[in-house]
Amino acid sequence: MAEVRYVQATRLYPGTDAPAVDALDLDVHDGEFMVLVGPSGSGKTTALRMLAGLEEVDSGAVYIGDRDVSDAPPKERDVSMVFQNYALYPYLTVAANIGFPLRIAKVKKAERDKRVKEVATLLGLSEYLERKPGQLSGGQRQRVAMGRAIVRVPSVFLMDEPLSNLDAKLRVQMRADIAALQADFGITTVYVTHDQAEAMTLGHRVAVLHEGHLQQCGPPRELYERPANVFVAGFIGSPAMNLCTVPVSNGAASFGGVDMPLPQSVVANGRTSLVIGVRPESLEVAEEGIPAKVDVVEDVGADAFVFCSTELGGETTKLVARSEARKAPRQGDRVTLRPRADEALLFDPASGERLEL
Amino acid sequence: MASSAAATAQPLDRTRARRRAAWRRRRLVLLLMAPWLIGFSAFFGYPLVMSVYLSFTHYDLLSSPKWIGTANYRYLFTQDPQVGEAVKNTLWIIAVMVPLQVVFAFGVALMLARARRGVGFFRTIFYLPALAPPVAATLAFVYILNPATGPVNVLLKHLGIDGPLWFQSPSWSKPSLVLLGLWGVGNIMIIFLAAILDVPRHLYESAELDGAGPLQRLRWVTLPTISPVILFSVVIGVIAGLQYFTQAYVAANVASGQASQAGDQTVNNLGYPEASTLFYPVELYQHGFRYFNMGYASAMSVLLLVVAFTITVLIIRNSRRWVHYVGAAK
Repeated sequence: MAEVRYVQATRLYPGTDAPAVDALDLDVHDGEFMVLVGPSGSGKTTALRMLAGLEEVDSGAVYIGDRDVSDAPPKERDVSMVFQNYALYPYLTVAANIGFPLRIAKVKKAERDKRVKEVATLLGLSEYLERKPGQLSGGQRQRVAMGRAIVRVPSVFLMDEPLSNLDAKLRVQMRADIAALQADFGITTVYVTHDQAEAMTLGHRVAVLHEGHLQQCGPPRELYERPANVFVAGFIGSPAMNLCTVPVSNGAASFGGVDMPLPQSVVANGRTSLVIGVRPESLEVAEEGIPAKVDVVEDVGADAFVFCSTELGGETTKLVARSEARKAPRQGDRVTLRPRADEALLFDPASGERLEL
Repeated sequence: MASSAAATAQPLDRTRARRRAAWRRRRLVLLLMAPWLIGFSAFFGYPLVMSVYLSFTHYDLLSSPKWIGTANYRYLFTQDPQVGEAVKNTLWIIAVMVPLQVVFAFGVALMLARARRGVGFFRTIFYLPALAPPVAATLAFVYILNPATGPVNVLLKHLGIDGPLWFQSPSWSKPSLVLLGLWGVGNIMIIFLAAILDVPRHLYESAELDGAGPLQRLRWVTLPTISPVILFSVVIGVIAGLQYFTQAYVAANVASGQASQAGDQTVNNLGYPEASTLFYPVELYQHGFRYFNMGYASAMSVLLLVVAFTITVLIIRNSRRWVHYVGAAK
């Protein structure tokens, strides 16, 4: 068990100008499930590999427990990792794959077999111990990779998009399995994904990265309700938050003809425009409000997401509203959308930072 | 009546047309395969069959072959005074040279795979000898390893070491040939290099995280992944060892010529010195093209074919335990 700390950790790949990970400061508590999330190229995998020792730390430091491991080789870090493509040894049986770290650590065969059996039972792999990875399904291979990672009980558990090669149904199931496993073992876990549903459901805390910079780190609910900036607001949540730049006059923001009164703290410094953020569930189809045309309706069961276009300040803007599925308008309908003013978030148009109300 | 006859005639016509089309297709296939079929039959199939036939005859190239039953084989297995030595030498060269070549080629490939600078240069340098014609390469080696005037012994002398007699010494002639074989190992090396570079990086990373050091990564990742290439090079090496001829023939001729300082054709220089380079194919050549005893030479070549086939089958059978094919279910 150990905590993990990134202190101004930076990775600059040779031959590139911008660091893949730029001065990352991040603390992962002992036993915590931390998810690193971000779009492609955000530096989340690089950050994980820096922790594993597979990527150099060009400046700053990475700590596991109290030890600065920035220059330590991977095998001295006591971490284990599940790779995106599982990285199983195709020529070894399932039992030998799971027992590999123990074999390298020169654990006696009897003890090794016992622990492999325990892990296999835990992961439902007992029947497959003598098979080769090539004879297993994707989900089974994924479990073998998990087994190899937990068999020696590392101090930190690293996972690099472990579910991205599985089909949707299996992914949801494995997600629950991973959460349960982590809760049982209580091992500090750093998990990389680009899938925000995984991030929100798995992480005790979620760190959002963008272009090598940490945008925000906090519990999933905080990220959803109080995003630090426009990027986090737009990245977390599906469908994404509606973000529109609107003019400010007379202490109110004019959102498509709907005047939204602003608190004094926001108006005080004489801003002439603001970015307003409204989640789809905070935008209703109502009697009056912003006139819009329905482009697409996505029926997801109980709810429907209504994708509309509207004219805002002379530009066509896309808005998404949530509606009860049975009451949802149809494609091509003309509707009016009303934002719930008390649920809207305000962002500074220049810095993108969220404004405290 | 007329209408029913027409009804049965139509399917018959169709069957005939289909048969004609099938025959046309088969004819095209045969036509396209003809160059290979003719070449294979004329230059491989026919000589093979003829060798088997001639091995049961006495044939001196001048008079027509005379059937003598299994006399050639009986002589080969029970009486030939030289064949024992030839087999011993051949087994020696296979047992020593093949493992050394595989290990050496693998080692060089491993270094080239890890090198950061000058990879192209060193790859070319190590591959270049494989392009040299065997006769020229052997000549050069006999010259370089000349006990009195060759640069190797001159250099050794400067270092205060009395160099061996190399190709002039019965105990050093085979090791000298092994040196020549290692120098020309470029072909296998290139195949090893390609295989090593093809090992997935994440397997190394995973092993490293699991605590494996460089040697363990070699043992648990590199070797199993490239095992099909190791098998290939062992099989090819053993077959080449069984057929080892050109280098031995040239080396013995040139070295014995150096020793006598005259092109004395009366001396039997094959296997020089003291039959230490008398390999099975050299002995076979001697019977066929020196003594013109084609029947006996054919018997020797049939035996060689059977042995090569048997050894290859044994190696491949045994390999199932240690060779892993990527993507294969088992």
